[in-house]
Amino acid sequence: MTAIADLGIAFGRVAFVMLFILNMGGLLTWVERKQSAIMQDRIGANRASIFGFRLLGLFHPLADAIKMLTKEDFMPARADRFLFQLAPFVSVFFGLVAFAAIPFGDTLRLAGREIPLQAVTLDVGVLYVFAMLSLSIYGVMMAGWASGSNFAILGGQRAAALMISAEIAIGASIMGVIMWYGSLSLQTIVRGQGDLLLGWIPAWGILVQPLGFLLFVTAGIAATRRIPFDTPESESEIIGYFVEYSGMKFGMFAMADFLETVVIAGLTTTLFLGGWQVPWLYAEGFRFPWGAELALPHLLVVLLQVGAFTVKVSLMIFVMMLVRWTLPRFRYDQAMRLGWLGLFPLSVLNIVLTGAVLLLVGGPA
Amino acid sequence: MEHVTILMAFAFAAVVAGAMLVVPSLIAPRRLTPVKAQPFESGKDPIEITQGRLAVKFSTVAIFFILIDIELLFIWPWAMLYRKLGWFGFAEMLVFLGILMLGFLYIWQKGGLEWE
Repeated sequence: MTAIADLGIAFGRVAFVMLFILNMGGLLTWVERKQSAIMQDRIGANRASIFGFRLLGLFHPLADAIKMLTKEDFMPARADRFLFQLAPFVSVFFGLVAFAAIPFGDTLRLAGREIPLQAVTLDVGVLYVFAMLSLSIYGVMMAGWASGSNFAILGGQRAAALMISAEIAIGASIMGVIMWYGSLSLQTIVRGQGDLLLGWIPAWGILVQPLGFLLFVTAGIAATRRIPFDTPESESEIIGYFVEYSGMKFGMFAMADFLETVVIAGLTTTLFLGGWQVPWLYAEGFRFPWGAELALPHLLVVLLQVGAFTVKVSLMIFVMMLVRWTLPRFRYDQAMRLGWLGLFPLSVLNIVLTGAVLLLVGGPA
Repeated sequence: MEHVTILMAFAFAAVVAGAMLVVPSLIAPRRLTPVKAQPFESGKDPIEITQGRLAVKFSTVAIFFILIDIELLFIWPWAMLYRKLGWFGFAEMLVFLGILMLGFLYIWQKGGLEWE
């Protein structure tokens, strides 16, 4: 009986995370259009309506899904039939599973059970997320190669080279976080960010690793291949690795882009913005540095934590979208140069600096 | 038992991604014409499809990636245990990173990271 209940709880955790990222990804199609409209002083997406209700254009993601599902779904004559179908599947699949190891709350105690609020509880959560993110490169490369089109294969090659360059910088820039918190488990890293510096400042990653944060976010945006790093797509030159795709298969690549944005935002939140931590909120309630205390019931604390995680991820996505609508596209050599000659040496410098500071100051034990 | 959630996450993602592939193949129209099936090249007939032939720059970048990513792999366990290693670990890593950066400088000076 308990085994079935355990399985049920496990499924509930997975379903929560998967629906979270799917809904976030779907909403992003709306956010991207609406945010750009506001930034450019336009009205933006507001046409789709159900019985006259427009709801700020929130029905557009729904209309998009219906449109893409019913569009002609053709395969070019020279395409590799199997890989051509597999490529969008791989892209979406790894975008979805990468998020699973990111903790969205502390432990929930319910009816004598301790439920970790994390779909996949791994001691090497950081490695899991990176492995899944890296594997999504294959979807892009396969799409470029299998399409049998010159533009597509050029886009696929550009994407692969850009993503591996970004990945080096990502891997090197978070080394400082791992040195500071001494763990590869995402949950432990988030718990470590609940400590206080000088007795009142929450020890969030962005405060102890400011350089690492900037490098990680830059490399993260490059890994999602979005503007200003969208040279693999650059619709004005080569259209990209998905030039031969139509209908929902194209929609899957667009969606994989949004899913990766959510994953990078979630990872930034977890490593640098305190994850589900609310400043001065502990398991029993608030304990403010000026001495005041406010006891809260357990369920409310958990709700506050999950809410804080959601708000932080949304904020991070908002920042990434701001960048996307502010900067023009880099030239391909500029993007590669930034990755190899800018982000990578600075990340190595960050490792050395973090090491020296940790030994001199000591940091929290 | 604890890691069964990984399998569940994989199954969930496979079902979602699979449905996105299967549903359109059931309800979407199919009216393929020879012109539509041609590779897209801004309206021209493609002279040659370069499938499988890469510009050599991409291969060199891939090799650099493997080199440096494997070096980074050695830093992961060191970073995790850093607090226990102290000054000895710091000096060791300075030597390791020094050699790594020497190689990186060599690649840079040889023009391996230039895109003309």
